[in-house]
Amino acid sequence: MSSTAALEIEGLRKSFGKNLVLDGIDLSVGEHEVTCLIGASGSGKSTLLRCVNLLEPVDAGRIVVAGEEITRRGVDVNRVRRRIGIVFQAFNLFPHMSVLENVTLAPRLALRKGRGETEEQARALLGRFGLSDKVEAYPDHLSGGQQQRVAIVRALAMQPRLMLLDEVTSALDPELVAEVLDVIGELAAGGMTMVIATHEMGFARDIATRVCFLDDGVILEQGSPEQMFGSPREPRTQQFLQRIVSAHRL
Amino acid sequence: MASEGDRRAGLEVDEPRRSRILGALGSGVEGRRGVAIALLSTVVFLVVVGVAITHSPGWHEIRRTFFDWSEFKSSFPEIARAFLLNCKIFSISECFILAFALLLAVLRSLPGPVFFPLRALAVVYADFFRGVPTILVIALLGFGAPALQVSGVPTSTTFWGIVSLVLVYSAYVSEVYRAGIDSVHPSQEAAARSLGLTRGQTLRKVILPQAVRRVIPPLLNDFIGLQKDTALVGTLGAIEAFQQASIDSAATFHYTPYLAAAVLFVAITIPLARFTDWLIARDRRRRQAQGMHA
Repeated sequence: MSSTAALEIEGLRKSFGKNLVLDGIDLSVGEHEVTCLIGASGSGKSTLLRCVNLLEPVDAGRIVVAGEEITRRGVDVNRVRRRIGIVFQAFNLFPHMSVLENVTLAPRLALRKGRGETEEQARALLGRFGLSDKVEAYPDHLSGGQQQRVAIVRALAMQPRLMLLDEVTSALDPELVAEVLDVIGELAAGGMTMVIATHEMGFARDIATRVCFLDDGVILEQGSPEQMFGSPREPRTQQFLQRIVSAHRL
Repeated sequence: MASEGDRRAGLEVDEPRRSRILGALGSGVEGRRGVAIALLSTVVFLVVVGVAITHSPGWHEIRRTFFDWSEFKSSFPEIARAFLLNCKIFSISECFILAFALLLAVLRSLPGPVFFPLRALAVVYADFFRGVPTILVIALLGFGAPALQVSGVPTSTTFWGIVSLVLVYSAYVSEVYRAGIDSVHPSQEAAARSLGLTRGQTLRKVILPQAVRRVIPPLLNDFIGLQKDTALVGTLGAIEAFQQASIDSAATFHYTPYLAAAVLFVAITIPLARFTDWLIARDRRRRQAQGMHA
């Protein structure tokens, strides 16, 4: 596609040992687009996101972020990661640090910003997502929903150009899912470019500009939410969505 | 998240447990009855052991040579003064062990093929110094190194005693650190690296603070052993508590000075042991409180 794409993936392959997880992924994400990855567990959604963040080395293919190929040899992974935020299913907050320390750690160390500046920024972000009274709290004393919101704020504090969300509500109790999805909705409304692996089909339908169905390590089908959820072409997509519907998750 | 890591380190205790010493002593009527039984059985036990010892054929002689109060009083001040050397050896060794062992553990956790030599070195080191008896290392270094007569090499026995203890105990303590590092879940590293932190920053700010906190009780355990092993430096001729007791004993044909030295060691190590147990118990309570929350 055009050279202004926020994220461009070409022929991405990745296997763990003999287990081929990604078998030639091609994907282009424009600025301010929200791309939702759907598909069964083990279809490669998480691995794809981890590859884009360079947490997993790729076997073949190219990943280009804002015009720069990040899969080339000798790339400074730390510099690349500063522009790409990722939020994990299990929150992965640092348990020995307060919420404020969690959020300010990376801006201070990786961006070499001062304590005053980062704390001010962190408080503003935490306030924006309803966490003002949790600034000094430790992760153990937060609910899952609060922890995940802190994890999102922690990623946002690096002012990334691209956010990757890896099934961020899958570990949450049902009543806590909404508060996290609201935060993501707000980010989308603010124009954040996001790639979201999710099992929340209703959410994907509401928020996505594009939906990709992953099956066996390839993007089997992609399109607008209306098309994907309304009239999917591929039998496997139909089958997958049918199962979701019969489980009352759509 | 944290509990997953703890389980791998084998540090987690799942069910709530009371102090092992107090066993099933509970509260209320049951508890009071328990305490009474415990008290009675302890008294009976002590009386039986006491009678058995004091009625043994050699008791009279033992009492004369080991439990002479006036001998105890006269030898105690000098042994106590010598014991200060044990404390000095302990404190100095401790600082170096904590730092050196951490370095070894970090070397051993370096990833990738490039660092293979360093990892291998750390493994060989730990294997070697855990395999050789401490007293042998002390003898080899304490008698060998000064005999080289190289200018600038210290000849102080205390110095070489400390070096030996640092070498041996660092091997043990590095393994303790390593268990702690391994117990921090890989997702913590992934989270830190994903934010753009370097490997070094991740280790310093995210991995090690969690790892060290988890291994404080086993670390203290090793320190109790170290405090006792400072007596081994006496074999080089340094006048520490055990050596001073030997001198007194040789002069008077009394073993009571050994008892005085033992009392001094115990006075340090028992509080340390109780403190360690208290830390472990506190740790367990905290983790259970967290578990309930999650």
